[in-house]
Amino acid sequence: MKPDVVVTGIGAVTPLGIGARTLHERWTAGASGIEDGEGACSEFDPSEFLSVKEVRRADRFTQFALVSSDEALAEAGWDGELPYDPTRIGSIIGTGIGGIGTLTHNHQVLLEQGPGKVSPLSIPLMMGNAGAGAVSMRHKLLGPSFATLSACAAGSHAIGESAKLIQSGAADAVVTGGSEAGLVPLARAAFSALDALSVSGISRPFDVRRDGFVMGEGAAVLVLENGDKARERGANILAYLRGYGATSDAYHLTAPDKEGAGAAQAMRVALADAELSPADVVYVNAHGTSTPLNDRAETKAIKAALGDAAKDIPVSSTKSAIGHLLGAAGAVEAVATILALRDRIAPPTLGHEQPEEGLDLDYVPGKARPLDIDGKPAVGLSNAFGFGGHNAVLCLEAA
Amino acid sequence: MATTVTPEAVEKVVFDALPQFGADPSEISREATFEDLDVDSLDLAELSQIIEDEFGVQLKGDDVGKIKTVGDAVELVVSRAG
Repeated sequence: MKPDVVVTGIGAVTPLGIGARTLHERWTAGASGIEDGEGACSEFDPSEFLSVKEVRRADRFTQFALVSSDEALAEAGWDGELPYDPTRIGSIIGTGIGGIGTLTHNHQVLLEQGPGKVSPLSIPLMMGNAGAGAVSMRHKLLGPSFATLSACAAGSHAIGESAKLIQSGAADAVVTGGSEAGLVPLARAAFSALDALSVSGISRPFDVRRDGFVMGEGAAVLVLENGDKARERGANILAYLRGYGATSDAYHLTAPDKEGAGAAQAMRVALADAELSPADVVYVNAHGTSTPLNDRAETKAIKAALGDAAKDIPVSSTKSAIGHLLGAAGAVEAVATILALRDRIAPPTLGHEQPEEGLDLDYVPGKARPLDIDGKPAVGLSNAFGFGGHNAVLCLEAA
Repeated sequence: MATTVTPEAVEKVVFDALPQFGADPSEISREATFEDLDVDSLDLAELSQIIEDEFGVQLKGDDVGKIKTVGDAVELVVSRAG
């Protein structure tokens, strides 16, 4: 039997504030972190958490990852001493774009002041693996460390691949998640040119008036451990990572398969990996970007994967409250899913008021609702789909 | 125009630059080693850029590799300018 993988710590920096609980509590209460059409982490001041040198050595996306990792490790009880041989603890942090703020700033310096003024830190700060490297250095983790790079599915891929690493026996624990800090003019302009960004600046997934996603920034980090080893050390277990499904659409560079075939298959694989059936799922945390294409294809995918059970399962989108955190989204939403399942509550899809024909799942419009599960295990799915046709689905169960 | 290179002028630029790399201002002196100040090779690459900006003196990688103390850096810049 493959070992079970447990979550013993979570941390997040999001547009709703610092901390995983802050995200959960504020979203559940119906608060939105979106202002002026963007989900910025406006309360984040890196100097509150990091030294002068650490701040200088890290792009904003890496700073988010570091601060999230501190929170997650503290909750796991790792803040004094690592519980396992450090060579058996990994660090896998996904990102969609990496340090694009560092890139665009230094490109401007190059054009305006010449090559001699470009910072020697440009490459080490912008590289997409900088978050994973910094987390490993900060906590002295000597096992495998790298980034996953799969656009808006990167955070979920990081978590899923980390679980595989633990199940294969290559690691006892992995500090994993996703991070993004892409609120820069180039990214805004480029997503706008694709017609992917909301013109209204409103994130209202699954609503007929939705007109694109709202960009957000932030990170989330989870501590995953081999279940047997975690129990042996008396760890407090928050959740079980029951299953992981990863597939590809092989359809289009940016558009999802219209029928959501690849997304549906990822959900099926995640459930099969968990040895569970659609009837076991009590909540779906949707990718729910608020783009016309995603929300339609994802609705079809959920119906295809979950069958008759789909119509009775609450489905909500974290992006309605914080926007689309791109490569961080999957990790942030996994954290949101864990806390929702723990509290037996379905957080709301904010702004969802006017349904669209065919988009007829229970999207938990406007207001959170208790999950009435009659003592059944609290099992949920967290969906993430990325440009490139990457699909990654996590199956989580609250402890 | 680049600033005229004098030991005092170079010292001031170096002393002023080091805190942004995280060095404790109270520990900065000519005798302090970069290691003690937690100033590493990446910081020295940035410091070289600041010095070139200010004095028009280019420091090569080999030069920077040899210096141990803040005073070494000041003397290196002054000697290169001469």
